[in-house]
Amino acid sequence: MSFNIVHPEKLAAEFLNKDKQHEPQHDEHLWTSRVKRDKEAASIPEWEEFRELASRIKQHTLTHLDQYLEQFEINAVKHGAVVHWARTAEEHNQIVLDILRQHSVKDVIKSKSMLQEECGMIPFLEKHGISVTESDLGERIQQLDKEQPSHIVVPAVHKTKEDIARLFARHIGTDPNNTDAHYLNDSMRKHARPLFLKAQAAMTGANFAIAETGSFVVCTNEGNADIGASLPPLHIASIGIEKLIPTTEDLAIFIRMLSRSALGSKITQYTSHFSGPRKNSELHIILTDNGRSKRLGMPEFWESLKCIRCGACMNTCPVFRRSSGLSYGAVYGGPIGIILDPTIDEKKYSELPYHSSLCGSCTEVCPVKIDISGQIRQWRRVMADHKRLSLIRRLAFKAGAAVLSRPKLFRAAEAGAYGSIKLLPHFLIYNNLFNAWGKHREMPPFAKETFHDWYQKNHENDEHIQD
Amino acid sequence: MTVGLFIPCYIDAVYPEVAIATLQLLEKLHVKVEYPAAQICCGQPMANEGDQVDSAPVEQHFVETFRNYEYIVAPSASCVSHVRLYMDAIRQTPEVQQVRRSTFELVEFITDILKITEFPWAEFPHSIAIHNSCSAIRSLHIAQSTEVMSTPFDKTAALLRKVKGLKLVTMDRPDECCGFGGTFCVTDEAVSASMGKDKNADITRHGAQFAASTDMSCLMHLQGIARREKTDLEFIHVAQILNGGPYSRPNNSLTKEPGNSNIDGQPSANSKNKSHVL
Repeated sequence: MSFNIVHPEKLAAEFLNKDKQHEPQHDEHLWTSRVKRDKEAASIPEWEEFRELASRIKQHTLTHLDQYLEQFEINAVKHGAVVHWARTAEEHNQIVLDILRQHSVKDVIKSKSMLQEECGMIPFLEKHGISVTESDLGERIQQLDKEQPSHIVVPAVHKTKEDIARLFARHIGTDPNNTDAHYLNDSMRKHARPLFLKAQAAMTGANFAIAETGSFVVCTNEGNADIGASLPPLHIASIGIEKLIPTTEDLAIFIRMLSRSALGSKITQYTSHFSGPRKNSELHIILTDNGRSKRLGMPEFWESLKCIRCGACMNTCPVFRRSSGLSYGAVYGGPIGIILDPTIDEKKYSELPYHSSLCGSCTEVCPVKIDISGQIRQWRRVMADHKRLSLIRRLAFKAGAAVLSRPKLFRAAEAGAYGSIKLLPHFLIYNNLFNAWGKHREMPPFAKETFHDWYQKNHENDEHIQD
Repeated sequence: MTVGLFIPCYIDAVYPEVAIATLQLLEKLHVKVEYPAAQICCGQPMANEGDQVDSAPVEQHFVETFRNYEYIVAPSASCVSHVRLYMDAIRQTPEVQQVRRSTFELVEFITDILKITEFPWAEFPHSIAIHNSCSAIRSLHIAQSTEVMSTPFDKTAALLRKVKGLKLVTMDRPDECCGFGGTFCVTDEAVSASMGKDKNADITRHGAQFAASTDMSCLMHLQGIARREKTDLEFIHVAQILNGGPYSRPNNSLTKEPGNSNIDGQPSANSKNKSHVL
């Protein structure tokens, strides 16, 4: 029945039921980021104005994207970069492979790029005999464990130190019982360093691409993009077309908001501007669409393209914190993933919009004011319209609507609620859902006399405007 | 001014005492209140699932039931936020728009429309943690959310501060969702229960005897968890505190102890006999 459809609630339950350590720690780590974000945001008196301004800059750029992309290309070429255009993930990957083959590259070092993740680039390159090493520590952990990143900014946040000690022991021969973070970090550094030095090409993503200068900006906390871009004579940057901003002046506002929103730090440790290749080197930029222009044409969902990938919506999301990013079964998890993933595969991700309590917190932390929660609601309407509601939801709601549109039936259902078969209120009428309520909760204490009946008895002589 | 009282289904069936408290409170505040008997539901359960087709007849029925009232008041931020913000499965006639604009949650109705700030009859000598629902905070702006960098306010707290003997307790995560979320509580059961447990723990850790809310739907979920975990935490609607009861339902045969059917009875926080404050 559910072939190929991701069921986030099941994956979330697995994460929660794993043990008493993973979920509480995951929740606490990410909540700490949220608290730090609040503190940093509060330190800027014009924070809410910044959000509005950032949103409008993005909206402006996205509605003039053709102009800014061409301007960026012209200026990047002036600096000596080679600019490629990729319509799809396949085109992107093929362009990368062609460049690497032209330079006889066998080993690539790459920093974090959600776009390359989205394109499935690493498996593609590995299939063609090219070895790729992630240089971001969290990404390297995930790469060794053959898992997708579980969070945009902190890819291995769902793992404990014990998990990592065991993983490193298997792959780089460290002591499985030594969970000291410094020891593990240092061991990985020693192991990765030779791989970095050996690589013949570096790949990065980009956080921002500036049209007026033709340069792009990469923000990291580990300086790992910089070691890559500084060593080998070939640098390939994959840039989603929505990363454009018009001017360097516009960049300032995003730099002030990005790290504050992401981890609650004032700025990332490294904010590197790349304008053209180094001496005796090549710089290739791949401007990639992969569904973005289609998304831009969706009147209800284009807004998600404003996203600057800060992960604030993940940190604040109470559902994400309890279920981990892997429960979304997609490259993008969390609230932003819920509204992005269905644009990539509507059927596969048709259950994601329901992995939300619609609390609305994501909308209010978003530094570019994407109404994420509103878009989740909107995606639910799409799924219902396209008959993608799962059987259990359909049954529950047909029963609900049938009863609700007939007062007497509704009253009858309520009366039944007090009987030996204690039904939940109408919206939970369905036996299977019942068991779900009762797993961790006692049944609601149904009253013998409803308010409706009490009122009829006690106010029966009242005059009514309408009855 | 005649107010049409809207009582959500779960309050009608599970917490009639909250509806009685709302009715009595509004009457004490000199408001003429009517409860139109034809009312059923606002359509939120279906609409939240994205099911506009099944939501439409229920929304239509809501409008027809309440169209002649100057104000419609409900003791539920969740239902009111649906009516005011999301009730668009039906054609937006002037009548529909009028009904949507005129529908208020109880706390905001008292604060913004009636502008009443004194409840001389109210006394509640207990420590309370306020659980403003997500709808109350982020849809109706009954309180400022912690995400937004703006002057904090909390209309629920402002009213409860006027109640004699009541002590307000602050939580670590005051506006974190409790995990109810409508059907989410059963379709995403594990996450929902985990969120609820954390919420109850936050409330209890700070010494609150009661969780007080604008929304019984959140409390129904939290109460279910607390009773399963056999903790002493009690749950109460803001209307009951402001009105001074009732703290138990009328003719409640669920309670075995004699005398507990007195609707004006006092609550018994943290006592062993808690059957009359469920």
